Amino acid sequence: MAEGQALLSLRDLHKVFDTQEAISGISLDVYEGEFLTLLGPSGCGKTTTLRVIAGLEAPTKGVVLLNGEDITRLPPEKRQVNTVFQNYALFPHMNVEKNIAYGLRMRGASRQEMREATEKMLALVQLEGYGKRQPGQLSGGQRQRVAIARSLVLSPRILLLDEPLGALDLQLRRQMQQELKRMQQSLGITFIYITHDQEEALGMSDRIALMREGRFVQIGSPQALYEQPETAFAASFIGETNLLRGRAAAVRDDGALMEVGGISLPVDSQLWISPGDAMCVSLRAERLYMSPVPVKEPCQLSGTLAESRYAGGERVCMVHLPDGQVLKSRHPTEGEAPLSVGDQVYLWWHQPSAVLVRDDLAQEAL
Amino acid sequence: MKKNSPWAGVYMALVLVLLYLPILVVVLFSFNSNPGRTANFQFEGFSLQWYQNLFDPVTGYGQAMINSLTIAFWSVLLSAVIGTLGAIGLARRPVRKSLLGRAGAVALSMGEQLAVLPIMIPEIILGIAFLALFTALKLPFGMVTLVLSHITFCVPYIFITVKGRLATLDPGLEEAARDLGASPFKALTTVTLPLALPAVLSGCLLAFAMSMDDFVISFFVNGPTTTTIPLKVYSSVKVGVPPHVNALCTVMLVAVFFLVALGQLLQARAERRRLKAAQEAE
Amino acid sequence: MKNRVHRREALALPMAAYAALFVGLSLLYIIGLSLLSRGEGFGASLPATGENYARILSPIYLRSLWLSLRLAGLTALFCLLIGYPFAYFMVKAPPRARTWLLLLVIVPFWTNALIRIYGWKILFSASGPINQLVMALGLAQRPLKLLYTDFAVLVGMVYAMIPFMVLPVYSAAERLDWSVVEAARDLGASPIKAFFTVVVPMTMPGILAGLVLTFIPSIGLFFLSDLLGGSNTMLWGNLVHNELLKSRDLPFAAALSVVLLALTGLVILLYRKKGGSAETMVF
Repeated sequence: MAEGQALLSLRDLHKVFDTQEAISGISLDVYEGEFLTLLGPSGCGKTTTLRVIAGLEAPTKGVVLLNGEDITRLPPEKRQVNTVFQNYALFPHMNVEKNIAYGLRMRGASRQEMREATEKMLALVQLEGYGKRQPGQLSGGQRQRVAIARSLVLSPRILLLDEPLGALDLQLRRQMQQELKRMQQSLGITFIYITHDQEEALGMSDRIALMREGRFVQIGSPQALYEQPETAFAASFIGETNLLRGRAAAVRDDGALMEVGGISLPVDSQLWISPGDAMCVSLRAERLYMSPVPVKEPCQLSGTLAESRYAGGERVCMVHLPDGQVLKSRHPTEGEAPLSVGDQVYLWWHQPSAVLVRDDLAQEAL
Repeated sequence: MKKNSPWAGVYMALVLVLLYLPILVVVLFSFNSNPGRTANFQFEGFSLQWYQNLFDPVTGYGQAMINSLTIAFWSVLLSAVIGTLGAIGLARRPVRKSLLGRAGAVALSMGEQLAVLPIMIPEIILGIAFLALFTALKLPFGMVTLVLSHITFCVPYIFITVKGRLATLDPGLEEAARDLGASPFKALTTVTLPLALPAVLSGCLLAFAMSMDDFVISFFVNGPTTTTIPLKVYSSVKVGVPPHVNALCTVMLVAVFFLVALGQLLQARAERRRLKAAQEAE
Repeated sequence: MKNRVHRREALALPMAAYAALFVGLSLLYIIGLSLLSRGEGFGASLPATGENYARILSPIYLRSLWLSLRLAGLTALFCLLIGYPFAYFMVKAPPRARTWLLLLVIVPFWTNALIRIYGWKILFSASGPINQLVMALGLAQRPLKLLYTDFAVLVGMVYAMIPFMVLPVYSAAERLDWSVVEAARDLGASPIKAFFTVVVPMTMPGILAGLVLTFIPSIGLFFLSDLLGGSNTMLWGNLVHNELLKSRDLPFAAALSVVLLALTGLVILLYRKKGGSAETMVF
């Protein structure tokens, strides 16, 4: 495979169930050795996409290429792609060893080979000695590790993981997230991971493909998605943000002036606005600074402090602007100025903190 | 929920007594040493006389028992195959309409309804229907017709039991098998069938009992030289109350009790083994 | 995965074919036969005629039909009255007792029906234990006529059919969510009211299945009415049996069966309408 060529390519995939279109024209390139996450709210089509890659669903339209080969119509058992299912799908009538060895058995491996491979896997997922247990006797976390071992033992080109940590409690989740990431890096296998938990995605992925209603909204590194979201949805789904809306007062080469409630704010912008257009910027709560008096900053708005919540290391505030919009801000409690609810406050930010986004949530805002 | 009042216990005991009364009477008189015609009314003493020559060729019960068991065996075996395949084929119906063509889907649906019909209608209808059909087809009446007709009412028991079990199986299991490299056939034989086996067995057990017990249908389709236990008992009992029947009944009762107790024992042992293993896991 | 589903369905073809041939064809055949005239030996012959059905509309047969339906109805009713409380108490019994009770109810179900009826024949006969007891206690001068009566037949039917009421009701009651009953009590219902307004409706699937399972077969159990009722009782099943073996009138017997089939179909239709399914009938 040539350097830079994608291991897996999805080209314009569509999948229709009865009359519902679950995925509407998605295209994606996945590179060897990367940890890619399909992120999105429930029902956005990420599981369907995964199943199409695995061969458990056939797309209505579109092509799936593995290593340049068209595998769109190839049955699942012939693909070098394995899945870790959301509920693990361990075979209840087989013990741990037999579960793990199943794929090898289907390939006709010798008993010797199966035994060795199973031993190695059990060690890898830290379940040595558990070989003879039945799935029903294992805890959730243990079952999940068996599911992973069962797929990994076949050395797939790509491992698909469908929200594998969903059923685990918080602490176990954190632990498993680290373990999975470590495993992926040491084995060098390409992981395609599904989750609706954006924190999980940010922490584990090399790249994130954000999905909504059957389409990709943005694909990029966690940093790119967090710092430079392209749409309002992307900005609000990942991390917490404020969506400040206004109108373009003037457009310059390097930016624009956004008018919010009579105040003009400079905004770094891309090329596609004209004066008079509606504008929406994403402002992360932790990038806002609060002062009881006006400051000499170009990016500044004043409003009334409506809520102030103490949260240990930081304080979370809600500020109501004159035009009705509400801004949420987070401030470290160290050295804070004493402010009470009802006070007039001034919020300001560094110009690059405001990211101009395409407003795809406009309907819901109304 | 509140516990039962003591009257509940009395009621249940009463019903159970009535349930077992005829059985007890039959068993009791089977040990009657009275050799005469009042053997079922006057208890004279304890004796095993009726058991001694129960299965002698002269009484005919031996051959009837062999026939009943043979018929039950073959009927259940063939029904298990037909019924299980049917259940697998019809367990998960696709939502889309294409497939074997709409005509095919409708035909299979009708086939399913017909297959289940025998347990929903009075047996006498099927008895006559089979008699008429087999006569028209010029089939020899005897073991063959008995097995063919028994299969029709054994299949539904196995079909419904297995279909019910398959419905509770996680469809993800077969998908996981396919994902790991199993062909559709292999996925069926290594995952689905083993998991459906308990249901197949319990369906078979039920079908076996139904076959051994069948009177009405067997009555119409048996041949001049074959007879089954129910048929033999009927002809003996029509005229009187022969004590051999008592002995036969007791023997069968003991066999049933024994099998049921065995089943319970095996189940309890499996449970204990499972509990032990679970405890070791902790 | 579309192909998998196609191929899977084909597995049901043997069953569908077998059923179509042996069940479908044979039923169609007797429907056809019922419209023919009686032939020689055991057969049928043309011309096609509705005469068989016309005969059925005569008083004798209609009366027999009425009696058969009445018996079946009484059987179902008594099975309900006796069997429902039993099943209900079973569910409320402690778990260990419940397993034993279930076993005790199932074992007779497993023993040969004929033999159990035989037991009643002994019990009811003129010199049987019941009469012996009655006479010994001086309650009667002569033995009571218990055998070869409608009473004996009813007892026999209820006895034979009771497990078919107890088991479906037990299944349904076992799945009952008792907290709903407690909620009813909490809201002011007396135990009896709670029972009739909550428990009964919630166990209705079991009741319906039980009623169907005890009603339908009763009409055709000719051996029962034969053994316990003697030649006095001419229930529908006995009629069919007679016409076939004594009169050798195949088309007429077929017609009688078709009428029975139609009745059964009606009952099943009503059952389905009220929400019943085949699955609940195989407990």
